[in-house]
Order: sequence, then C-alpha cells, then structure tokens
Amino acid sequence: MKRNRMKVDIASILVLLFAAGAQVTPAQESHIGGITGEATRGRHLYRRYCVGCHGPLGDGRGENAPWVDPKPRDFVTGTFKCRSTPSGELPTDEDLFKSVTRGLVNSNMPPWLPLTEQQRADLVAYVKTFSSRFREEKPSAPVEVPSEPAADQQSIQRGSELYQKMNCWSCHGKEGHGDGPSAQTLVDNRGYPIPPFDFSAGTRFKCGESNQDLYRILMTGLDGTPMPSSSSALTPAQTWDLVHYLRALQINAKYSKASSPPRTGGSVALNKQLVRRPEHADLF
Amino acid sequence: MGTKTRYLHLAAATAIALSATPGSPSRSAAIERKSSAAKAASSGHSEGHEAGTVSGTVRVIGAQAAAARINMAADPACLRIHPTPMMSEEVVTEANGALKNVIVYISNGVGNRSFDPPKEPAVFEQKGCSYSPRVLGMQASQSLQIVNLDPTSHNIHPVPQNNREWNIIQPPGSSPIAETFTREEIIPVRCNVHPWMKGYIAVFKHPYFAITKEDGTFDLKDVPPGEYMIQAWHEKYGVLTQKVTLEGNQTKVLEFVFKP
Repeated sequence: MKRNRMKVDIASILVLLFAAGAQVTPAQESHIGGITGEATRGRHLYRRYCVGCHGPLGDGRGENAPWVDPKPRDFVTGTFKCRSTPSGELPTDEDLFKSVTRGLVNSNMPPWLPLTEQQRADLVAYVKTFSSRFREEKPSAPVEVPSEPAADQQSIQRGSELYQKMNCWSCHGKEGHGDGPSAQTLVDNRGYPIPPFDFSAGTRFKCGESNQDLYRILMTGLDGTPMPSSSSALTPAQTWDLVHYLRALQINAKYSKASSPPRTGGSVALNKQLVRRPEHADLF
Repeated sequence: MGTKTRYLHLAAATAIALSATPGSPSRSAAIERKSSAAKAASSGHSEGHEAGTVSGTVRVIGAQAAAARINMAADPACLRIHPTPMMSEEVVTEANGALKNVIVYISNGVGNRSFDPPKEPAVFEQKGCSYSPRVLGMQASQSLQIVNLDPTSHNIHPVPQNNREWNIIQPPGSSPIAETFTREEIIPVRCNVHPWMKGYIAVFKHPYFAITKEDGTFDLKDVPPGEYMIQAWHEKYGVLTQKVTLEGNQTKVLEFVFKP
C-alpha cells in the first residue's frame, strides 16, 4: 500500500517536472511604437515565410541556406549587423523591425512590406525566442544621432583625413571601391568571406540609406562582420565629417565615368538621388 | 522504512550508472561531483595551508617548419616599425621542443566554487602591429584593458562562441578600452585591418591557469587538494589532457608532449 503511494508520488513529481520544463520560456513580446508583437502569432508567420532560409531552429541553416550568399542570419547567437545600440549589444525591437521592413540590400533578405506592421512585430517577437540573450540581457540606450552640420568642402576634407587616419582604406580602398589591401582577407564571424562596402557601386547601405543611418553604422559597427564601431574613437562632429566624405566618395564614384567629375565646389547635394524604392519590391 | 531506503539505494545506483557511462558528456560531471564532494569533506581548512602546485613543461616533438615571414606591406606604418620582417609567432620553440604560448589550466575538478576576479586588469597590447601577449589568460569578469601603442589604427575584434562579440576601432594615441568577458572560453582575437595579427584571450572562472614561457614551463599555484583534469591548449596543435590527484602541500610535475 505504502509502496504504491510512493510510486504515485514519483509519477506526479515527474509530471510536474515536465510541465515546469515546458513553461520555462515566458511568452516573448516585442514593442514597436504602439504595436505589441506576440511570438505565438509570429511563429506561424515564421514557419511560412522565414523558415526556408533561417531554419526551424533559427540557426540560419534552413534548406535554402547552402545556396544563399551572404548566409542567412543565425538568430541563436543574438549577433546582429543592424542595430542602434553599442557594439556587442542586442538590437532593440525597433532595430529588428526595421531590418524586417527594409530587408538587407545585396542579400536574399527582401523587404517584408507585404506583411502588415502587426505581422512584422509578431515576427520580431518570435525571432527573439531563438536566443537566450533576449531573456538575460537588455540593450542599452540607442546611440544618439545629433543634428547634422553643413556638408561643406571643409567637412569633407576633414572626413578624408579621418578616412586615412582610421585605416578605413585598408578594407574600403583609397577611393572607396572596396579594394583595400586587406579586403581579400575578410571573413564574417562564421568564417565566410565578406566583401567590404564598395562606395562606387551606388547601392544603399545595409542598414539604411540616410546620412543618419550612415552615422549610426559608424557608431555601432556591424556586429559579426569586420566593420568596427568608432564610438570611442570619434567625436560626433568628426563622425559627421566622415559621413560627408563617404557621401562624396559615392557621388564622385558615380560621376567618375563621365568626362567632368564634379569634384570641387561648395555644398554637395547629398542623399536625394540615393533614396529609391526598395529593390525587391516587385518580388511580391 | 525498509522500502524507503531501498528506493534511495535504487535512485543512487541509477544516478551513478547514468553518470559513469564511459565517453558520455556526464563523465566529466561525475569527476566534478566527486572532487567537490572531496572538497566538502575537507572544508573548514584554510586553502593556503594545504594548497599544492601543479607545474611542468610543454614540448612538441618532430621537425618543425621554419616560422613564416609576415608581410606587412598592407600598412606602411607597420612596415616602418619592422625594417626586417617579423616572423610568425604561431609556433615558438626552444631547444628540446619547449613550446611557448600554451595555456595550461584546470578543465575539471574545481566544481561550482566561485572566485572573485583580481582587482588589477588584464592588459592586452597592440604593439608593433602584433599582439602582446599573443596569448592572454584572464578570469571571467576581470577587467580587460586594451592598449594601442602603435602609430596606426587597429580594430580589436574578438570572435567568441559564448560571449558577446564586439568590434571596436582604436586609433593611435587613444585611451585604453575597458571591456570584459563573463563566460569561460578561449577567444580568438583579430585585427581585420591587419590580417596577420592573431591573438587569443583565454577566460576562466577560476585562477588556476598559466601560459607557458619561452622554456615551455608553467606553474599552477595554490591549488587545493583534489582530483583534477589538466589541459594544455595550443593554437596550432590542439588540446592534451592529463588527470592529476593532488594531496595537501604537494607539488605535481606534469609533462605535456604534442606529437603533430
């Protein structure tokens, strides 16, 4: 009799243990503006739209992954290129939402504009469940982007000196063509070759297209790639100078094939011609 | 009453059977449990009183290829520092194959004891477009200070598996960068600007680690009595493991020999 009761006790303890194990992960949410995304809903969307490349475990090993370059993101490590937070930190919900919305240019990740904002927020919530870091850490405050000073010739000149001093040219090349002496040696954190950005290509940047986005990229770096953060090395004014120089590189590169490159002159018309519709918008 | 004890015995036997399965990952856990039990038995004694030392040498046998010359042409600033080319420090040996830059550490047996990290920071320098030391040992959560002594910019980019991955550029003359790692791991460090720069930061939860000197020697000091697994890790030759049982006030001498 006594023995039987003990057996029942052990069985019930086991049942309780299993139940507790299943409940360990709390419901994951995302907060984007006034929208609350929920992982339970995101899971269904993920299985429909994302699983092919990012895989059922979120480790970037979906069945399409072997034929995709750059490789799909591995969500398990919690390392993301496009962030507003300092190097080594988690992205904010907003950062992930922007990446899903914007897509990543020059990769197989399209802009997910056909999904509603709510659906994209749900996906963000689900993507966060793959890495325990989202339960253990909180990202610190986003990098502040101060207002932009005038992009005049002096600023561009100072930026060009910084480009030299900071060894940007080692990878991006003397004229920003992505052909610096170290360019061929670069690999990402999974060991795959990764080319430095070619400013003459005329494409958008991976993490946005505005001057503010470029400022942010310089401050945060692109984690998981060789692109470092300059937050401890540059003042805000210097960072803007560098932004202006990089924009000048883009414009010069664009016109360098023409007979008269507009290399001199006062202010440079930045930005406008680089704003275009998402490149994969016709995909859907 | 009798039934209860029988159940307890059964549970214990199952636990032992489970943990003693050879080759299974829980094997190391079993060793850990055993030694922490031994420690629990001897608790109350001051450690310094009974602590012993594990020392020894690491060697590599067989003919070694001559060290490769490093081509620093990619950065004229580095080239100016080394009028004669620097040789690769991947494998540094002395007579008799004594091997430098091997990390020797307790990989198992310390148990769940926690250790306060040292107050003084571990210092990792970028000097002559090279890392100094090439292999740095530090405790988890100890402050790590990164210094650039070169007239050129470096980006310091650790590529960990279990810790946060960050990547920061450090121009000449800038103040040291303070960082830390919280989890145990041997982390490769790269400077993407200067691809020949390679270094390693080994992070441990305990203070029982050492990096071999030019003559291949190491000392693990103040090790409390117990049963330990000691590992020797080299960036090219991999890992060797030995088991050691240390009694009070004892010095054990180990020899690790890599046979590539």
